[in-house]
Amino acid sequence: MRIIVSIKRVVDHNVQVRPRSDGSDVDTSGVRMVINPFDENALEEAVRLRERGIASEVVVVSFGDATVQESLRQAIALGANRAIWGQAPAALDQLAVAKLLRHVAQREEASLVMLGKQAIDEDAGQTAQMLAALLDWPQAVAVSELAVDGDTLYVTREVDGGSESLEIRLPAVVSADLRLNAPRFVKLPDLMKAKRQTIETLDCAALGIDLSPRLQRARVETPPPRPAGQRVGSVAELIAKLRNDAQVIA
Amino acid sequence: MSVLVLADIAASGVALATRQAVSAAQHWGQPVDLLVLGGTDAAAHAQIAGVRRVLHADAPQLAQPVAEEVARLLNGLAGDYAVILAAHGSLARNALPRVAALRDVGMVSEAVGLLGPNSYQRPIYAGNLLATVDNRPGLQILTVRASRFEAAALDGQAECAAIAAPAADGRSRLTGQKTAGGERPELGSARVVVSGGRSLGSAERFHACLTPLADRLGAAIGATRAAVDSGYAPNEWQVGQTGTVVAPDLYIAVGLSGALQHTAGIKDSRVIVAINQDPEAPIMQLADYSLVADIFDAVPELVRHLQTEATA
Ligand SMILES: Cc1cc2nc3c(=O)[nH]c(=O)nc-3n(C[C@H](O)[C@H](O)[C@H](O)COP(=O)(O)OP(=O)(O)OC[C@H]3O[C@@H](n4cnc5c(N)ncnc54)[C@H](O)[C@@H]3O)c2cc1C
Ligand SMILES: Cc1cc2nc3c(=O)[nH]c(=O)nc-3n(C[C@H](O)[C@H](O)[C@H](O)COP(=O)(O)OP(=O)(O)OC[C@H]3O[C@@H](n4cnc5c(N)ncnc54)[C@H](O)[C@@H]3O)c2cc1C
Repeated sequence: MRIIVSIKRVVDHNVQVRPRSDGSDVDTSGVRMVINPFDENALEEAVRLRERGIASEVVVVSFGDATVQESLRQAIALGANRAIWGQAPAALDQLAVAKLLRHVAQREEASLVMLGKQAIDEDAGQTAQMLAALLDWPQAVAVSELAVDGDTLYVTREVDGGSESLEIRLPAVVSADLRLNAPRFVKLPDLMKAKRQTIETLDCAALGIDLSPRLQRARVETPPPRPAGQRVGSVAELIAKLRNDAQVIA
Repeated sequence: MSVLVLADIAASGVALATRQAVSAAQHWGQPVDLLVLGGTDAAAHAQIAGVRRVLHADAPQLAQPVAEEVARLLNGLAGDYAVILAAHGSLARNALPRVAALRDVGMVSEAVGLLGPNSYQRPIYAGNLLATVDNRPGLQILTVRASRFEAAALDGQAECAAIAAPAADGRSRLTGQKTAGGERPELGSARVVVSGGRSLGSAERFHACLTPLADRLGAAIGATRAAVDSGYAPNEWQVGQTGTVVAPDLYIAVGLSGALQHTAGIKDSRVIVAINQDPEAPIMQLADYSLVADIFDAVPELVRHLQTEATA
């Protein structure tokens, strides 16, 4: 069984991003970029499946400009067998990414595609479901536990107010929740080795796929700040404020 | 053309988020239909003001539906609608992107503002930034942050129509469900939320400290990811970017620092209270009322005050 894992390169979660001065987009110049944390969970799970002999190969793929190759090398150092860089314009929307992933999944004859449940920059949480629909495969979104037995996938996924368990026939699409596992740390020698591995380049524009964005970003701004708060000196004062000023308790 | 709202599954009555989604749906100035699934009470949904028609798809596979079944049903209906919309809950998050892909259209997740017929505001980067996105004209598919919209009244009289559902596919099967349950209000729609962080130190202390306060205020209990990962609180209590987004009248943050990923989920709260021993913690800057104190002193004192005043 071959597993495809998609890797999105995103701004590190510790960075406080700002809009560009003209408000046209997010200013990501010079900030630290990392693998989307949820994609690390997806990758870790895929690598564990291979280590246990359930999967035969783990292929990572990322769409974007040349910088995504760095994230792909890191993914190789974390255990992926090979990597595909989908050379593409930055402004791919979720549907376009899903179409490109479908192409890769079909070409690679994958049985399982694993993604993050959301990317921490755009927070849309759509790509896995879109991909599953395009492939006409079943899906499991926000998965926190996963087991494979033959061509059946047993998963637990996080839903509002609890969790549900699903039994799913492969081939399938899975998106990872942070609770799926604790990703391993990359080791320096592995990273050095990964630097020498070739990454396949896929020219996305040459595939004859309609990648024109359905979504256009018109503006990015900082949300209006909440009004400044006040410090209270005691529990009694807090209760008085909540009761008399804010009127949120009886 | 008209607007189709996918109702949240409700064990009884109508989910608050469904009424809020119906309000959002009025934005287009077109008739609004409501799709209810499985055993959900269609007659109760017919009372939501501003709904023209309740479409009830009641098939065994839709009682606790998987995304595949919901998406196929919606895809069959999509041709009659200009907009398909739902609250940003697990059902819609799971199913609507599938529908969008089947229709070859884009989808907008968790809109907080509706600007034009195909223009939306939505938070990105854990709510640090607000993006305006234009979707291509044609079928609009979106989820909305329900708490940003007033709940529609319950004095309507929509007609009800039963509709057929496509046969079950069977490749994905729900085999179990686990809910936090209990007597507490639901986290996503509670009027008061009391949340604890890593500083609570253990599951026992988490409950000993926060439960009396939550009981006193009729509150839901929330937690940071650090508290959840340490095993102090169940997963479904996590509030934030990757947990539940809450918008209560009162949010009390107890011994948590206010990391961006956490505050992403609380910024719509009307009043935020923070109790922390560190005056510099980010949550103390965000809060409307901040108290510098040891939580193990302040919270019991808060409970005592609320108790004596209630009995006085
Ligand atoms: C006009 C426009 C301008 C944009 N400008 C920028 C920009 O300057 N910088 C920027 O970072 N984004 C930009 N974007 C957004 C970017 O293209 C989106 O991030 C993309 O559509 C995926 O959305 P998401 O991350 O919310 O997907 P989600 O559905 O939240 O992602 C889920 C999972 O999908 C997979 N995935 C998503 N994208 C990729 C990818 N490219 N390669 C591999 N796997 C992927 C990952 O596994 C991820 O965990 C722009 C979008 C538009 C429409
Ligand atoms: C991709 C990603 C997604 C994430 N999603 C989420 C999410 O959805 N929700 C979420 O919450 N987090 C999320 N996180 C984690 C987040 O970054 C923080 O690590 C987490 O919120 C910190 O939890 P905390 O405030 O409980 O702990 P800490 O940051 O350790 O804060 C503890 C606080 O308690 C105070 N304190 C200690 N003892 C006492 C005492 N006796 N009395 C009073 N105050 C005391 C300290 O001063 C400190 O401010 C995410 C992280 C990543 C990378």
